[in-house]
Amino acid sequence: MKFAAQFHHVVKEYVLDGETVRALRGATFDVPEGDYVAIMGPSGSGKSTLLNLLGCLDRPTSGTIMLDDCDVSRLSDDELSEIRASRIGFIFQSYNLIPQLTVIENIEVPLYYQGRLDPAARRRCIELAQMVGLEHRLGHRPTQLSGGQQQRVGIARALVNDPAFILADEPTGNLDSQTTEDILAVLEELNRRGKTIIMVTHEPDVGQRTKRIVRLRDGLVISDEINQHRRPPRTDTSSMPAVAPQAGV
Amino acid sequence: MLLWLKTWQLGVKSLMLHPLRSLLTVLGIFIGVFSVIWLLAIGEGISRKAQEQIEGLGANNIIIRSIKPPSEVTQNMSGAIPYGITRADFARMQYTIPTVDQALPIREVRRRFSFGKRMVDGRLVGCTPEYAEVTKLKVARGRFLTPTDVNNKLNHCVLAAGTAERLFPFEDPIGRAIHVEEAYYVVVGVMESRQPSAGIGGSLAAQDFNFDVYIPITTLWSRIGDFIATRRAGSFEGEVVELSQITLRIDKVENVIETADLVKEMLARRHRYEDYGVTVPLELLEQARTTRLMFICFMGLIAAISLVVGGIGIMNIMLATVTERTREIGIRRALGAKRSDITRQFLVETVALSIVGGLTGVLGGLTCRPLMNVFRYTMEKTMPNVMEQLPAVIKTVEPVIVPWSIPLAFGISVAIGVIFGLYPARRAAAMDPIEALRHE
Repeated sequence: MKFAAQFHHVVKEYVLDGETVRALRGATFDVPEGDYVAIMGPSGSGKSTLLNLLGCLDRPTSGTIMLDDCDVSRLSDDELSEIRASRIGFIFQSYNLIPQLTVIENIEVPLYYQGRLDPAARRRCIELAQMVGLEHRLGHRPTQLSGGQQQRVGIARALVNDPAFILADEPTGNLDSQTTEDILAVLEELNRRGKTIIMVTHEPDVGQRTKRIVRLRDGLVISDEINQHRRPPRTDTSSMPAVAPQAGV
Repeated sequence: MLLWLKTWQLGVKSLMLHPLRSLLTVLGIFIGVFSVIWLLAIGEGISRKAQEQIEGLGANNIIIRSIKPPSEVTQNMSGAIPYGITRADFARMQYTIPTVDQALPIREVRRRFSFGKRMVDGRLVGCTPEYAEVTKLKVARGRFLTPTDVNNKLNHCVLAAGTAERLFPFEDPIGRAIHVEEAYYVVVGVMESRQPSAGIGGSLAAQDFNFDVYIPITTLWSRIGDFIATRRAGSFEGEVVELSQITLRIDKVENVIETADLVKEMLARRHRYEDYGVTVPLELLEQARTTRLMFICFMGLIAAISLVVGGIGIMNIMLATVTERTREIGIRRALGAKRSDITRQFLVETVALSIVGGLTGVLGGLTCRPLMNVFRYTMEKTMPNVMEQLPAVIKTVEPVIVPWSIPLAFGISVAIGVIFGLYPARRAAAMDPIEALRHE
């Protein structure tokens, strides 16, 4: 089995006001390719730390993190940047779009840092925008969009570099229930097409929509199980148009 | 290539988020560049004028003038005081110094010239035909003095432009006779007006050629003589001066300095006290060049200060921008930007600001001359009193744009953008992406 990400006895310590805080105390779990995992836990359980490590924004104090057969736990800052640019798709709770850029330009940002700006890349961005249903808003700025639309741009941006996995940090945290439903439907559809998705959430309802739930407490994985009560994905995905095969989704 | 284009496009876009802020920052650099070009242009204008005046004396020339000795030296003497260079000095210079091409004797006295009821005070200059050429005077009408005039001691005269205009505002002066003391002189020519040249022989005032009347030196010697009487309240002073000035023309410029030394030595041996002054325009020219260099350094310093102030403005704004855009930096880092990408992004913004400031500054600097004239005109119209008290240099200076000051000012402005933009950009790049993402 191929793994999108593997955590082996990952320890992360911070020094805060002279005291060492152990945010992770040896977390171990695997994410096989094509999985859809929810990472859940109360605040202070080490969720954010785990997310930062998974997202290659930070390095562990000890332990090994493998992304796509590549050990990222000892890489330099620039190397981590390259990994982020090429293998990880971020989706944030507060969308984190760049305000001065248009929808299409926001989607392009990861390609820009890979040095891949060409007409083909631009076409791909447009296809992704179509996929999330924003083809008529390409020239809009984030402030002109609703929360749900902004998150769709975020999803398109996360897909543009064809990442090994998508890392979603409370993707529905700022949305109402209807929009939450829409966004989850998009994520489910992506997973159905083969994308690996790792989602950090503290909402049980949202967690229940994934295939697998990893629970954290006090910096340790306390349970890692197949979601038995998975709510069936909505069969109606007609809101999401099929995307051309070369889009790689 | 496309990426660079994109970086610049992005930079400009980010700057346009705060148009006023960007404008004010650009203004700082604009003023810096503008003042570099302006100050250098004005400095150049002033020094060029001085240089022209000195060159008016002729770089090949050595000028020896009689100077009245100070009264401490002469108080014990009675009667008419003889002083100054003599005809013997003149002959010695002319015949014994091989590097002297030409030696021109000049004798000047202040006189009142009149024609009918019109009068003008000016210099009566006794000279030889070469005088016009050596002092770069040009004939406007008629002719200058000729050897025949000199040899025959004729009562012929040539008027300078100012004299001619005062005495003959309506008539043609050629062929008329003007009255000087007891004699009449027939006008044979009129000269063109000429810019005053630098002062010589210890006097600081510029030499004004505009109210001169030129007559053959032989005529002056025979009609007026060497003796000059000056009447003062209650006393009577007499002076005996043979020559007011000798202009030596040297064969080669390289020989000028050495010949000048020789002349000084020769005069020192023959005169009891220093009743003469030796002016070497070449030396003055070199002095003026040094002064110009100092002037440029000084002006450059002032301009550099204003550019640094502009740079500090850029840095200030960029630091604020970096703080304000912390979150954007976090997002970009998360999406794969390296530290160097962030540095480049912010550096491009500062460089864009300074390039715009530099370009507009250069354009502003080019307007120096017309603006200066407009400024002078308005000053004259609104505050004539203030204008009158300003020195002539300021009133007449024509700024000359120094060609190298344009690339220099522009280059410095871009360099300042890089130097003062580097620290904020490095600071942006050094941010921890996790912290930056959390920033509200």
